[in-house]
Amino acid sequence: MKILVCISNVPDTTTKIRFVDDNKAFDKNGVQWIINPWDELALTRALELKEASGGAIEKISVITVGTKDAEPVMRKALAIGADDGIRVDTEAKDAYYVAMQIAEAIKDGGYDMILAGIESSDYNGSAVGRMIAEFLEIPSVSSVSKIEMEGGNISLKREIDGGTEVMETELPFVAIVQKGIALEPRIPNMRGIMMARKKPLAVVAPADGDALTEFAGFELPEAKAACKMVDEDNVKELVNLLHTEAKVI
Amino acid sequence: MSVLVYTENWDGKFKKLSYELVSYATALAKELGTSATALSIGNVDETELKSLGNYGASKIISVSDDRLANLVNSAYSKVIAQVAEKEEANVIVFSNNFGGKALAPGVSVKLKAGLVAGVTALPSSIEPFTVKKAVFTGKAFANVVVKSDKKVLSLARNSFGISETDNNAAIEIFTPELSDGDFRTNVKDVTKVMGKVLLMDAEIVVSGGRGMKGPENWGPIEELAELFGGATACSRPVSDEGWRPHTEHTGQTGKIIAPNLYIAAGISGAIQHVAGVSSSKCIVAINKDPDAPIFEVADYGIVGDAMKVLPQMVEAVKELKAEG
Ligand SMILES: Cc1cc2nc3c(=O)[nH]c(=O)nc-3n(C[C@H](O)[C@H](O)[C@H](O)COP(=O)(O)OP(=O)(O)OC[C@H]3O[C@@H](n4cnc5c(N)ncnc54)[C@H](O)[C@@H]3O)c2cc1C
Repeated sequence: MKILVCISNVPDTTTKIRFVDDNKAFDKNGVQWIINPWDELALTRALELKEASGGAIEKISVITVGTKDAEPVMRKALAIGADDGIRVDTEAKDAYYVAMQIAEAIKDGGYDMILAGIESSDYNGSAVGRMIAEFLEIPSVSSVSKIEMEGGNISLKREIDGGTEVMETELPFVAIVQKGIALEPRIPNMRGIMMARKKPLAVVAPADGDALTEFAGFELPEAKAACKMVDEDNVKELVNLLHTEAKVI
Repeated sequence: MSVLVYTENWDGKFKKLSYELVSYATALAKELGTSATALSIGNVDETELKSLGNYGASKIISVSDDRLANLVNSAYSKVIAQVAEKEEANVIVFSNNFGGKALAPGVSVKLKAGLVAGVTALPSSIEPFTVKKAVFTGKAFANVVVKSDKKVLSLARNSFGISETDNNAAIEIFTPELSDGDFRTNVKDVTKVMGKVLLMDAEIVVSGGRGMKGPENWGPIEELAELFGGATACSRPVSDEGWRPHTEHTGQTGKIIAPNLYIAAGISGAIQHVAGVSSSKCIVAINKDPDAPIFEVADYGIVGDAMKVLPQMVEAVKELKAEG
């Protein structure tokens, strides 16, 4: 069995967001790049499953769509423990374009389980994983918070509004994963980092096709009015303000 | 040409969020010079279906098929795409909730329709079709141009509001064409949280952080939430510690919410926490540290000990309620 984990290269979650070019482009200056938090958890869970599978899971691959800038996070994914990687060498223009590129690159790869995060923390598209399934015409399960494997049987837990469902699925499939899928992301150790340098990271040319959307520009949220402070001995006043001024209670 | 809006139901009932979606689709349809059609999948009775008309839908299409009792991504997306084609819909509207995230991308690929997820307003321009959405988890907004003829939008919750109109909408039954191949996932077991206001639906959310010291101090938080008919939430370390269930974790890696009122007690206001609550209409912070970053995003604040402030708040709200 083979698992593929989709990796998105995103700015660190503490990044101060700024734009350049007349607010037409994200300012990459001084930005630290990380593996999208959900992708990192997905990779962690894939490794846990592999280790517990007694050899049934032979390989874990990672894939990204991105320019050379995405290389460091792919090396990090290999250092964490993925066996090999693929980078589709093009700009990640929109979710449709990225999913189409991934589907093209892996359609003959023989992957049984494809994992993607519920969203990438930069453009919050929540779409790539589900779109890959549609391009490949394979089943998918969304908002997955647990994946278990026992004797070749895979069981998935998905979140619904106000509850959870335990699911089974035919293979191959895509699981779009979220919080809960693994507790803490794995951190690469020294040996992993050394080994990662020798692991294969294929660079493939993009397939023909185009994005369906594009960014016209960006805006920062309006500055918030200063916080109105109320004295700690006057909690009643706060409640009154919420009632008469903010009109929220 | 028309606007199609997918209205999910919960055990046969719609929610405020469904009506907000229909209100949005109706306003959008008006701008495009057309009308809005609502699509419901599952067993929903006639009165409930008709209620969608009160928010502007001029037609309601109902699909009920036993195989569609639980959400199956591929089958549901196929049904929606079939209805979109029959209705010659050029914009298809979803919620950006669990259901919308599971379906909108599938419909986008099937119809080759550009998707914008988490839209926060009506288009700022129709030619080119440009809509606004939050990016970088609420830290900025992007204006996105959809280049394809057909478009798929998913609306961020609580971003548009509800507008009632009188519309006696006709109900139409649609029978989709589905095959066994559309049903390759299966639900084996369901667990539901009963009788509680769901965090995602709550208009008022009372939330506690590590400053609450321990799970034994959650009494006033729960009481306040109950008084408001709202829900409780927490910061990530609180759910990691097991003080509160994981379903309450809000923020970048937890739930992203947009209630009318968010009360943060003993929460420092780390950027990843704020990312999940910054769309709230009003934020109240209670923190003993006057320099806590939560005050930068709050509308109202009290510098003080949450253990003392919260019980007083409970009393003040009770008094307010008693006054009517
Ligand atoms: C990739 C990543 C993702 C993350 N995602 C999330 C997320 O989704 N959600 C999230 O919440 N965090 C997230 N975090 C963690 C985040 O960075 C913070 O560590 C976390 O939000 C802090 O939680 P807290 O405010 O409860 O605790 P603390 O930062 O410890 O703050 C406690 C606050 O309580 C105050 N306090 C103490 N005692 C009292 C008292 N008696 N009365 C009043 N106030 C008191 C203190 O002054 C302090 O401000 C993420 C971190 C990373 C790296």
